Amino acid sequence: MDTVVLLTCTGLGLGALYFLVASGLSLIFGLMDVLNFAHGALLSVGAYATWWAGTEGGMGFWLAVVFGTAVGTVAAVLLELVLIRPLYNRPRDQILATVGVGLAVPALLMGIWGADSRPFPQPAALSGTVGLFGAIVPVNRFVLLAAAALVLVALRLFLSRTRYGLVVRAGVEDRAMVTALGIDVRKAFTLVFAIGGAAAALGGALSGLYFGSVHPGQGTSLLIFAFVVVVMGGMGSVTGAAVASVAVGLVQQFANYYTAAGLGDLSVVVLLAVLLLVRPRGLTGRLA
Amino acid sequence: MTDSSFLTSGQTDPAVGASSATSAAAADRAALLSVRDLRVVIDGLHILHGVDLDVAPSGVTALLGRNGAGKTTTVKAIMGLVPRTGSLRFAGTELVKLPTHLVVRQGIGYAPEDRGIFAGLTVAENLRLAERDGSPAYDLVHELFPELKQRAGQLAGTLSGGQQQMVAIGRTLLNGNRLIIADEPTKGLAPKIVAEVADVLERAAATVPVLLVEQNLALVRRLAGTCAVLADGRTAHRGGTAELLADEEAARRLLGVGRPAPAATSVPGPAPTPTVAVPPPVVPTATVTKEVAP
Ligand SMILES: Nc1ncnc2c1ncn2[C@@H]1O[C@H](COP(=O)(O)OP(=O)(O)O)[C@@H](O)[C@H]1O
Ligand SMILES: [Mg+2]
Repeated sequence: MDTVVLLTCTGLGLGALYFLVASGLSLIFGLMDVLNFAHGALLSVGAYATWWAGTEGGMGFWLAVVFGTAVGTVAAVLLELVLIRPLYNRPRDQILATVGVGLAVPALLMGIWGADSRPFPQPAALSGTVGLFGAIVPVNRFVLLAAAALVLVALRLFLSRTRYGLVVRAGVEDRAMVTALGIDVRKAFTLVFAIGGAAAALGGALSGLYFGSVHPGQGTSLLIFAFVVVVMGGMGSVTGAAVASVAVGLVQQFANYYTAAGLGDLSVVVLLAVLLLVRPRGLTGRLA
Repeated sequence: MTDSSFLTSGQTDPAVGASSATSAAAADRAALLSVRDLRVVIDGLHILHGVDLDVAPSGVTALLGRNGAGKTTTVKAIMGLVPRTGSLRFAGTELVKLPTHLVVRQGIGYAPEDRGIFAGLTVAENLRLAERDGSPAYDLVHELFPELKQRAGQLAGTLSGGQQQMVAIGRTLLNGNRLIIADEPTKGLAPKIVAEVADVLERAAATVPVLLVEQNLALVRRLAGTCAVLADGRTAHRGGTAELLADEEAARRLLGVGRPAPAATSVPGPAPTPTVAVPPPVVPTATVTKEVAP
């Protein structure tokens, strides 16, 4: 029983991380048809910026998280303005450009801070454990869950209640028709990149908490599973991404524990294949 | 060119070609939108090679032609939804270099051929998305289409074709537009709904000029004063609608109508037929409705 509880909490924490990366990835793809292979790099930027702020920068943990998230947001906006926008209508070059950034950023981080994992600052309040149904569960799992839930609620409110949310939902359906109503849809592109970058960078900051350390390839390894989540959840669907994140996180944890380590990662791919055969358009097939 | 030539042109001259020359020249000066030498190339394919068209400053101007003639592409080119060259002068402003959203903000409302409805949004959200200024004319839209008010919370994807068309036209009436472009608004609708849409277009045209792409010639005859006919990606004829439709030979040659169409290729008469790109029976070709990103 306690093992099941621990595995569930850990799987949910991992799922929360996947969601933070996948939600932005999904919105960006849904709205812009851009497969952003640089999204993992944004997570790494957030993780390192938080780590730097919390150690050399001398900031407290929460301030460091805010700082890291802000840096990731700015990086995402720059990415959109400098690289994605000029390559609009050239999807192949766009993909190459994001792949390039996805490779260059970890290399840059490695060049500056080395390839080894860096211990991540853990505030005392979050480094403990709590007892839950007889299991000893690290507190940071709940921090991740709470953060992901907050982001999910905020994204849903943004999509359903704001003018830009309306533009994004409409743009996911038919971008050209949105412009034909007199709306400059490129502003929504930048905004979606900013939101996606913020969520990924927050995921980066919290991944440091979850894994206890940061390393240059942190984002890249999470990105693979985030892509699985996006495909499963349906491109452009935030709620679909949330459901798929939980499914992937749980399946991975349980399979890794009860079968051989590594089989869990494989089982996620099997899960994806089965789902694509049964529901080719993803879990929901529509947005939000 | 004098005013009197404008008044007489097309009224008395039975030769359609001659009347089109004079009325086109007159319209050129007063036109709200003047399209000149409009060309569109998509993926190396020349779709339009020289469309000329004038939208009259009031009433309905019809854009006619057989299926595949290039009507929808012309309209998309005006809107900037496909790459285009040539000249598009709209009330003194050249549109050809403007991106789509700025073309629209010149005061052009667009109801596309596929209706362009957002299926996952509610009726109210579809309309709200189209709001461009502080005072959207919901009074007018709801008066013309009371159903849109009753169904405000319904997902637009679950509406009937006629109701979706009401949303599409309603969007163009919400803002103080200077021109409305409607691409086959009655296509695929039941006769009763066609009449309803026609009434709305007639009412709208009383205050806002309309460029209407339409295959329903009875409707064209009723609403449109002037027209342009496309064939094979070019303007084949410009002039008064009544004269064109009265001239059975020209109507058949340009529009493929006039009497029940015989089996392929039998276009009688001595007239050279450079415009026949599609065999006379109006065979619906697969219409490309996929929007091209700006
Ligand atoms: N995006 C496109 N790619 C290739 N061919 C196209 C495209 N859009 C239109 N066409 C072709 O251009 C011609 C004109 O199409 P269209 O403007 O839709 O005609 P109409 O509206 O008069 O029926 C057709 O032969 C059509 O197949
Ligand atoms: Mg058409």
